[in-house]
Amino acid sequence: MSQMLEIRWHGRAGQGVVTAGESLGEAAMHKGLYFQAFPEYGAERMGAPIKAYTRLSDDTIEIHAPILEPDLVVVVNPNLIGIVDLTEGIKPEGTLIVNTQQTPAEIRQRLGFSGGTVWTVDATGIAMAELKRDIPSTLLLGVVVRAAEGLVDLEAVVGATRESLGGKLRPEVVEANVRALQRAHSECVQG
Amino acid sequence: MVASKYMPLDGANAVSQAMRQINPDVVAAYPITPQTAVVQNFSQYVADGIVNTEFIPVESEHAAMSACIGASAAGARVMTATAANGLALMWEMLYIASGMRLPIVLTVVNRALSSPLNIHCDHSDGMGARDSGWLQFYAESGQEAYDNTIKSLKIAEHKDLLLPVMSCQDGFITGHGVERVGILPDEAVREFVGSYDPEHYLLDTDHPVTMGAWDFTDYYFEHKRQQSEAINNSMPVILEVCEEYERLSERPQPILDCYGMDDAELAVIVLSSTAGTARSVARRLRAQGAKVGVLKPRLYRPFPAQQIVDCIKNCKAVAVLDRAISFGAPQGMGPLYTDVTSALFVAGISGLPIVNYIYGLGGRDTTPPMIESAFADLRVIADSGDRGDLVRYLGLRA
Repeated sequence: MSQMLEIRWHGRAGQGVVTAGESLGEAAMHKGLYFQAFPEYGAERMGAPIKAYTRLSDDTIEIHAPILEPDLVVVVNPNLIGIVDLTEGIKPEGTLIVNTQQTPAEIRQRLGFSGGTVWTVDATGIAMAELKRDIPSTLLLGVVVRAAEGLVDLEAVVGATRESLGGKLRPEVVEANVRALQRAHSECVQG
Repeated sequence: MVASKYMPLDGANAVSQAMRQINPDVVAAYPITPQTAVVQNFSQYVADGIVNTEFIPVESEHAAMSACIGASAAGARVMTATAANGLALMWEMLYIASGMRLPIVLTVVNRALSSPLNIHCDHSDGMGARDSGWLQFYAESGQEAYDNTIKSLKIAEHKDLLLPVMSCQDGFITGHGVERVGILPDEAVREFVGSYDPEHYLLDTDHPVTMGAWDFTDYYFEHKRQQSEAINNSMPVILEVCEEYERLSERPQPILDCYGMDDAELAVIVLSSTAGTARSVARRLRAQGAKVGVLKPRLYRPFPAQQIVDCIKNCKAVAVLDRAISFGAPQGMGPLYTDVTSALFVAGISGLPIVNYIYGLGGRDTTPPMIESAFADLRVIADSGDRGDLVRYLGLRA
């Protein structure tokens, strides 16, 4: 039986959420995995709450539908807490990654999530320091790599990020993204 | 066999890659909405000099297909792309392309037709063109969209066919969804499609011909009969090209994708991306002991009628899922259902309970629980022998 990891992303349009999901898929592909990455399409306006999905599998992915019961939920923008049902459908043993200055215990309490694992990281703080802009999605991949240990490694994600951003951004901006990603990878905390 | 290189591509980009590798002589397309990234990417290849295609950006899809017809009649290898209302606007010219037996390949990213205004996936556009004399493939994934596009060109240009081909995939779901897609080496694709050497073309001034001529009550009828026969007899060529491509790519290229149909009691027939969702559900149900199957026609025109009948004739109940409504057909059934049921009738099979589900119009998500509910309905129908409602809906608000 094939192994599949299903990830749902929550953020706001313009924060690089879709790109992050695609970069993760690309990194997984370089490790020989299959993937799907797609957003939920609504009215596309900057700042609107959006969802995106990434599936990673060691076999062909047949299902073509939104992820209803994610293994992993990534909350790119903490101001969605209380606005969007972030833990909807998450598996009891699932993992929640939140961009926040708060601790995993505080997040658990705010979201009423007692199962699985919670990782937190101040991705916005890191993004503001390294990129001077609140675009924390890509660097959260550093946390996804730790949370989904063994599936994709940091090196692959860094490579995929360089590849996906390389075509669009100046080299120093790409490297700042990589630096931010590595910082998120080492600074995130589990609880 | 040659190894594919894996790339992270959305379905539209996968088709652009196929077009880049084919490097057609002419691509004429309308460059803005409802156009997709297929043409956006391809026009970049043209601008960058990666292909030497003559790219003609035109003022409408009607003009796009007109330019394709002119170029193809002149002797060029021609491709284009469209979606939704764009395909609808091509309608008049679709018939002219097929009537003139011009082997144009049109890649379609299936999207809903207005009104109300909607740009998301359904099959109203492609199904509206199903009687236009074009062959039609429907793809489950970006990978299939890539593979079907390459096969479509070789099928279209085969000397025994000279029929235009539409290669369709689901808007947004695969069109915008990024996945791992295996791309053949450029040389392998070029060798597979070969060069296009038409026997009759307008620029062959040593052998002048007239195309699209006035055809009155005297011969129009005979020419239409010939056109119909060409499509009716196209299956051997289609199968031959699919098999050749399968050997090249080492990816299965059935015209009818069957899962669990050897002993299925309950079966779902569905096109494109939802077939994958249905199959993933069927695998789970099979693991629990349910004898279920999924049938996905990858080729819709010509309709593989006998093959479908052979697959489902021993089932106890069958559901046909349609992502379009054939308005005014009995109870508003869908086009795939009318085709499947007429195939059964022609084969003399009348006792098989078979119901129709309309699903996913305007991009409505079609989730595994919806497919499970269809299989559950089929169980009830098979056990009770009561077919119940002919036309049903999946994911429709109460």
